[in-house]
Amino acid sequence: MKFIHLVWSNLTRKKLRTSLTLLSIVVAFVLFGFLSAIQQALVGGVELAGADRLIVRQKVSIINLLPISYEARMNRIPGVDFATHQTWFGGVYQDPKNFFMQNPVEPENFLKMHPEMILPPEQAKTWLATRTGAIVGRRTANRFHWKLGDKVPIQTPIWTQTGGNRTWEFEIVGIYDGKDKGTDTTPLFFRYDYFDEARGGAKGQVGWFTIRVKDPSQAAAVAKLVDAEFENSPAETKTEPEGAFIQGWASQIGNIVFIVAAILGAVFFTILLVTGNTMAQAVRERTGELGVLKAIGFTNGRIVALVLAESCLLTVLGGTLGLGLAWLVISRGDPTSGLLPMFFLPIRALLIGFGISLALGFVTGIFPALQAMRLRVADALRRM
Amino acid sequence: MNENQSNNGALVQVEGVEKVFHRGSEDIHVLADVNLQVPAGEFLALMGPSGSGKSTLLNLIGGLDRPTKGIVAVGGERVDQLSDRALAAWRARHIGFVFQLYNLMPVLTAERNVELPLLLTHLSKAERKKHVATALAMVGLSQRANHYPRTLSGGEQQRVGIARGIVTDPTLLLCDEPTGDLDRKAGDEILDLLQALNREHGKTIIMVTHDPHASARAARTVYLNKGQLTNEPVK
Repeated sequence: MKFIHLVWSNLTRKKLRTSLTLLSIVVAFVLFGFLSAIQQALVGGVELAGADRLIVRQKVSIINLLPISYEARMNRIPGVDFATHQTWFGGVYQDPKNFFMQNPVEPENFLKMHPEMILPPEQAKTWLATRTGAIVGRRTANRFHWKLGDKVPIQTPIWTQTGGNRTWEFEIVGIYDGKDKGTDTTPLFFRYDYFDEARGGAKGQVGWFTIRVKDPSQAAAVAKLVDAEFENSPAETKTEPEGAFIQGWASQIGNIVFIVAAILGAVFFTILLVTGNTMAQAVRERTGELGVLKAIGFTNGRIVALVLAESCLLTVLGGTLGLGLAWLVISRGDPTSGLLPMFFLPIRALLIGFGISLALGFVTGIFPALQAMRLRVADALRRM
Repeated sequence: MNENQSNNGALVQVEGVEKVFHRGSEDIHVLADVNLQVPAGEFLALMGPSGSGKSTLLNLIGGLDRPTKGIVAVGGERVDQLSDRALAAWRARHIGFVFQLYNLMPVLTAERNVELPLLLTHLSKAERKKHVATALAMVGLSQRANHYPRTLSGGEQQRVGIARGIVTDPTLLLCDEPTGDLDRKAGDEILDLLQALNREHGKTIIMVTHDPHASARAARTVYLNKGQLTNEPVK
């Protein structure tokens, strides 16, 4: 710590140059933060997916429905704990831009299947007793200032009621929270029995099933059994782990991880050159001073450590500022009004960012540091 | 052999030293069979024309370079045989350097510059501060401790350089043309200071200079000419 003053003084001797380099590092890490948040929003659900859950959809496409009668057959398959279902409702609240997910579900089995959604017991009880009742995630409730007892109209282009009405009214009877930060608390869930009775068509059909397996290590075998059960039927199935299902959903946009890695790779390579140039210049300009330090007894190792400390301080400072700025902006929430419900900066991304900033400092500093180490004292002193 | 005295009672002993620099295929003989003894407490001036090898000899004595041949010992320790790492530690402990162009860190205040050699010791912050204050008081710059080099005159900067050189209480103070960049008045003040350090504090000083006025302040003057050491001035 006693050398920190020396390191800091050297870093701030060319204020404009250091500031511009720092700014470029900050911008790079803000970008890193945003891309990490977008990646989290698109594929983060894969990590949060239950290892003991399988998704069963129609083999041709997810938009094709499956008969609800499959549920009882699935429950009889060895290895299946229980199954439940959901259906895509696709509605909006008041305005098309107010999009969020709403699905009809079987309340009891749904809550049992998703322990990551925390709903107070009395609200769960009310839901079971209210046919038009719906539960909504905290984020959407906050977004539209909904509270318990509110009646909310949802318009859907997909499902008409028997009278031709496309506006469905639900009573908010519960507001759930997520067990983890990554749990999506934007969807609204309402009762399937109400939905099935009121809809004008496709009665007895559902979107997909979720199965809980008794032993997660047997999930693949159970998935095969499920698909075999419905083979050669009018509605064949495709069963896969929940994580793979979410991954497949995100892959419709493209290989998110690759796209993010490619952009960040280009950005950090540029930063590597910018910072490396700054450090190389800084050491070149100080050849004589480094000679003095060596003359008064600084060892080669200490000289290397001083230069590395300087480069690492620069990049870690820039990285921390950039990540901090990104975190501040990202914590304001999803900028797309509902398209990226899990848009947040995970702690893991912050740690990776910090690690990258440190590595960047090391890589940009090591060559100038070695150059400084190799200086012969007598030669360096002549360049003062 | 005790800490400060080697054979013949000399603190610094240079025996049969040669220094050859290689420039491409050319060998440049800078020093040839140089022998020199400096007793502890002596103020020695090393004179000679440019290119005579004065600074090279000073660098060898100060452990900044190694001789091609011969022995360099200070306080009985063979400097020419130490590893780079051991040599750096030895310099920190035993040698104070004063340079012609002061060689101060422009980004550090006078007191921070003086503190630099103490960063290599185990002294606490408070102890370092005390040592720095003492060194600055000895060179008469207590009031300028918080000034940056650019706000100090040449003479003041050299005083800071001397304070940095003596702050660790080194065995030997090596001065390379300490008045070479100063006017006569400032130069005289620096020479007064070096003389006082030698007489009042018993510091052993070797000063390279080409100025007879400066060498007159030393107790003894030796001359270097074309790599050879003599006791007679170069004609």
